[in-house]
Amino acid sequence: MSAFFKKVIRNRALLIMILPGTIWFLIFAYLPMFGTILAFKDFRISRDGFFASVFNSEWVWFKNFEYLFTTNDAFIITRNTILYNLALIILGLVIAVSFAVLLSELVNKRMAKIYQTGMFLPHFLSWVIISYFAFTFLSMDKGTVNQIITFFGGERISWYSEPKYWPFIILFVGIWKGVGYNSVIYLAAITGIDKSYYEAAVIDGASKWKQIRYITIPQLKPLMIILTILAIGGIFRSDFGLFYQLPKDSGALYPVTNVIDTFVYRGLINMGDVGMSTAAGLYQSMVGLVLILIANYIVRKIEKDHAIF
Amino acid sequence: MTQLSTQAAPQPGKVKKKRDYNAITPVWNVIFNIIIGLFSFSCVFPFLFVIIISLTDEQTLVQEGFSLFPSQFSIAAYDYIFRSGSELISSFGVTLLVTVLGTLLSLVLVTSYAYALSRRSFEFRGFFSFLAFFTMLFSGGMVPGYIVMTQFLHLQNTIWSLIFPLSMSAFFIIVMRTFFQTTVPDEIIESAKIDGAGEFLTFVKIVLPVSLPGIATIGLFSSLGYWNDWFNALLYYNNPQKTPPLQFMLMQIEKNMDFLTKNAQNIGSFDMAASLPTETVRMAMVVLATAPIVLAYPFFQRYFVQGLTVGSVKG
Repeated sequence: MSAFFKKVIRNRALLIMILPGTIWFLIFAYLPMFGTILAFKDFRISRDGFFASVFNSEWVWFKNFEYLFTTNDAFIITRNTILYNLALIILGLVIAVSFAVLLSELVNKRMAKIYQTGMFLPHFLSWVIISYFAFTFLSMDKGTVNQIITFFGGERISWYSEPKYWPFIILFVGIWKGVGYNSVIYLAAITGIDKSYYEAAVIDGASKWKQIRYITIPQLKPLMIILTILAIGGIFRSDFGLFYQLPKDSGALYPVTNVIDTFVYRGLINMGDVGMSTAAGLYQSMVGLVLILIANYIVRKIEKDHAIF
Repeated sequence: MTQLSTQAAPQPGKVKKKRDYNAITPVWNVIFNIIIGLFSFSCVFPFLFVIIISLTDEQTLVQEGFSLFPSQFSIAAYDYIFRSGSELISSFGVTLLVTVLGTLLSLVLVTSYAYALSRRSFEFRGFFSFLAFFTMLFSGGMVPGYIVMTQFLHLQNTIWSLIFPLSMSAFFIIVMRTFFQTTVPDEIIESAKIDGAGEFLTFVKIVLPVSLPGIATIGLFSSLGYWNDWFNALLYYNNPQKTPPLQFMLMQIEKNMDFLTKNAQNIGSFDMAASLPTETVRMAMVVLATAPIVLAYPFFQRYFVQGLTVGSVKG
């Protein structure tokens, strides 16, 4: 014990520096983790404050989960979350790497820089703004898309109440917003590849395509693996704005836009069901944790150096 | 890292350049330029389109819909905002205050935490690294966080409910720790110690000044996060008397314009309320909320690139 205290005293300066951040983590990350026991309780607000509310609420054990999984909602939100995220991860990876390779091959580097700056813009804008952008195209009476449709003699489409179009709209806008960011990461990695590989390949008569196939892509592989593991670990988490803000929270679209995050939010704010939405959130976090551990384990089996831990 | 390529940018003065022996053929170069150029343009176009809509005459808009070439332009929307928009301007103020306070808090928390983690001599490194990075793998979720904020801290409807949730993240700590480890040599810290400087003095006087690019990166990430945040306001702002931050106000006027018409009646102008240019005012607000980012980010872009490559490659 005294050895521990000696250690504390020896490190006191750095411990004091790390203290404010630690308090933040305890209150805003670890206290909510402790709060997940509410998933097993029937939450009642107590007058004696937060801890009293948590402790005095009655244990209902798996009632909240039972309630969640007996409705059809659990299936729909899980399906939507996984399918959308899977499509976003795969398409995002392919398109971002392709764009990074194209950008790196452009002869005029100044133009490449300008294109990159443009592609990066959507990443810096909030979903509220993007939702307004989408509205200029999809508005029923004023939108550009309906103007084009009527110009060719078609019927106006009420975009915000037709679920069948939304899987494509969501994927399109999701990719559009994120691809610039990801290709910047891959482009930086391509820039870092040792030029002598390419010089040797040219001497051996390798075509441009072969250089990309056998040098650029293999060199990017570690980064692609790491980013994909992280993305798979987060496959149960969705970009809330993409599914809430972009479809303007339109009830008609819930069957194709409701994901776990929006379900939890609506459960909490619209229905005030703390127990059930905590249960849904815990389900999300637990599966996410298991997935990231599995993904990392698999990568460590295949290529040890590329695992994140 | 921030350069696109190790090849030097073409000199403007040079008339004739020798073609890189390994460059793609001119035909492919044109094709690649078209693909990337079109996509890049599609990323900028909606913003330009919104600017045009905000400058369209309201009547023309009703008749012609959103158009790139409206038959009549008008600055009525901006005129309205600047003449009657006290509420809009205070919303700007809230966002600005949250962004400045939040970014400062964020910098203090992140740099001090990351610096301790970056020191090899710190004997509790393992524990505190785990404390930070475990939050990337597992989180309590939205609801317990909401309960903590509203029932434990009682901060709903205050700017602190917008500031605290975004002030730290494991990602910021990774970026900053990597920055300290790679750019501040141990020798500098050791020599400062030999000269008798304590840990705090070394950190403030020696380490922070040489880490300005890293601090700029975190500061920009953080301020962008605050400026663009609407989610925390959606959760914690439910009192209509409280001025909401800009992004959340944009959400509210998307649903209805009562907020603005109420405002017009306040200044006693019935005509103004009647002829309120609703759609163009909305779009003008979008332009005003986005303009600072669009104007500033090309200059700060390299810090972002630097930060996110450090965070993703070495994380």
